[in-house]
Amino acid sequence: MELTEKKLVEVYRTMVVIRKFESSLAEAVAAGVLPGFVHLGVGQEGVMAGVAYALEPDDWVSSTHREHGMLIARGADLGRCRAEIFGKATGYCKGKGGSMHLAVIDKHCTGCNGILGPSQTIANGIAFALKYNQTKNVSVVMFGDGAAERGEFHEAMNLAAIWKLPTLFCCVNNQYGISLSSKLSSAVEDIAARGVGYGIPGLVVDGNDVMAVHEAISEAAKRARAGEGPSLVELKTSRQRGHFEGDPESYRAPGEKDDILRNDPIKRFEVDLLDKKILKQGQVEPLWASAEADLQAAIRFADESPYPTFEEAMTDLLYTEVVA
Amino acid sequence: MSAKTMTFAAAIGDALRIEMKLDPRVFVAGEDVGGYGGIFGVTKGLLEEFGPERVKDTPISESAIMGLSLGSALMGLRPVPEIMFGDFLTVCFDYLTNQAPKVRFMAGGQIKKLPLVIRTTTGGWIRAAGQHSQSLEGWFTQVPGLKVVMPAFPADAKGLMTAALRDNNPVLFLEHKILYGTEGPVPEGEYVVPLGKAEVKRAGKDVTVVASAVMVHKALKAAEMLAGDGADIEVIDLRTLSPLDVGTIAESVKKTHRAVVVQEAPKMAGTNAQVIAAMMEHAFDYLDAPIKQVAALNTIIPFSPPLEDQVLPDEDKIVAAVREVMAK
Repeated sequence: MELTEKKLVEVYRTMVVIRKFESSLAEAVAAGVLPGFVHLGVGQEGVMAGVAYALEPDDWVSSTHREHGMLIARGADLGRCRAEIFGKATGYCKGKGGSMHLAVIDKHCTGCNGILGPSQTIANGIAFALKYNQTKNVSVVMFGDGAAERGEFHEAMNLAAIWKLPTLFCCVNNQYGISLSSKLSSAVEDIAARGVGYGIPGLVVDGNDVMAVHEAISEAAKRARAGEGPSLVELKTSRQRGHFEGDPESYRAPGEKDDILRNDPIKRFEVDLLDKKILKQGQVEPLWASAEADLQAAIRFADESPYPTFEEAMTDLLYTEVVA
Repeated sequence: MSAKTMTFAAAIGDALRIEMKLDPRVFVAGEDVGGYGGIFGVTKGLLEEFGPERVKDTPISESAIMGLSLGSALMGLRPVPEIMFGDFLTVCFDYLTNQAPKVRFMAGGQIKKLPLVIRTTTGGWIRAAGQHSQSLEGWFTQVPGLKVVMPAFPADAKGLMTAALRDNNPVLFLEHKILYGTEGPVPEGEYVVPLGKAEVKRAGKDVTVVASAVMVHKALKAAEMLAGDGADIEVIDLRTLSPLDVGTIAESVKKTHRAVVVQEAPKMAGTNAQVIAAMMEHAFDYLDAPIKQVAALNTIIPFSPPLEDQVLPDEDKIVAAVREVMAK
């Protein structure tokens, strides 16, 4: 899918919004006002925006626990995302899912699964339905290098391959499953190399190059829409923060973090856009300021929202009407 | 409504066939469910009638089967996955406990329906030892958001299957392997038995016996044996284990004042415990004797047939328990 210059600037702005949104959550955790586990996608904005902008509105995406930003990139409302993460009634899931289970169904985002692995097989179910209903849409599933070691990786990829399902398996390899280096959890350098074993394409992509991500996903989606089946796309990236907020990151090598920061996907895309004169230097600061204004509005919305009433603990359990 | 004699297996197949005809969203998927017709023959003929797009043979990948089903249900299809043996639910336990039942709640109702009927087989007496003979239903009754059904008769099997297929929640449908060949009158055409309703299969005034699946048949046999003693036994078939029909259980105990509860599963925890709790909470003042329970021994099902028969509960054990509560 070709992006216009205007769209490219929008991609850049989306990455900035995600960065700001995530960074504000880091501050909230540090201030002790945000409960629970919070996994931030700072540093992985290229993956999220690159994937999201390669898809059609009626495609489906299942994301990882580090991808609030994927939902934002798909057009979810910042305020309702923030409200959900803070357990408020106005959140997308009425505060019953939280950071780890933020789902935005009207944007066709099933969100994250609290268990690593099942989203890969469930994405096949979505893909199966898309095919069953004779659409040309695809089902994208994002999962980490950690989840690539679950048995579901094998079961899902094999089924998708034999049935030629329009499933895009996107492995976001950020080099660590919590503290364990992917070098110690997989004997092969590239997880994408496993595609051969399923008879499907396996691509390795620089996940911090948003346009490379966009191109690879567009190609894989094109193939799936044409009925040629699934692809495995490995997006190599790094997280700039810990596994969760509060992680001491004792597993990092000296200097590793500096290298990661030097390879920042937003900065790289910014330089690229400036070089190509798609973005002008004078536009950068106002764009960051407008993203900040969006964030502040979202924070106000979430802060002013009430917590759910007690009844919510007992609603949405079972659908009571029988409909044939 | 006219009825015809059918096996338990054919009755379930009949419900599937009728619903697949009525609703193009219904499809079945599982190991050997297509050309082979299912290892117990329940899906026989469906492939020929509905084609390979709606009758899906899968690899031996239970997680993939369950994920496929959950994901497609989320999209509005009405999948009917078959997990060949209930014992294999353990390898896709996550989907039955952590995933499907939580979709609606955790998304705050953004997903309204999750129509998904997980068919599987249950129970012993097929001489297949500890990993093909278990009665694991008790585990699943502890899961909010999941319905659990376990019929005893062909007509109920058809009616409950139809109800399950028209329900908009995940339903675990447990089919006892030694019931598949049993015959009974089954109403023709569309036939619904509502979920969550137990049924009194034999009315009596002296002792209430509560059971499900094969244990209902054993309880009915025990009731006939006890009739010779002049004891008048009421037998309740739970049919649906979750939600539990507390009303029917309590009403019966209020009438008989004595109760025996029976499960094929090992004695520790399980449905019996919940039925007894329901009696204590809703009919304690009416009880004239402590409730007795009959269950399998707390052990693993052995292969050796005489051993298996001794481990699992039978009509003699039910008779003994009834006599005991009547003696108090």
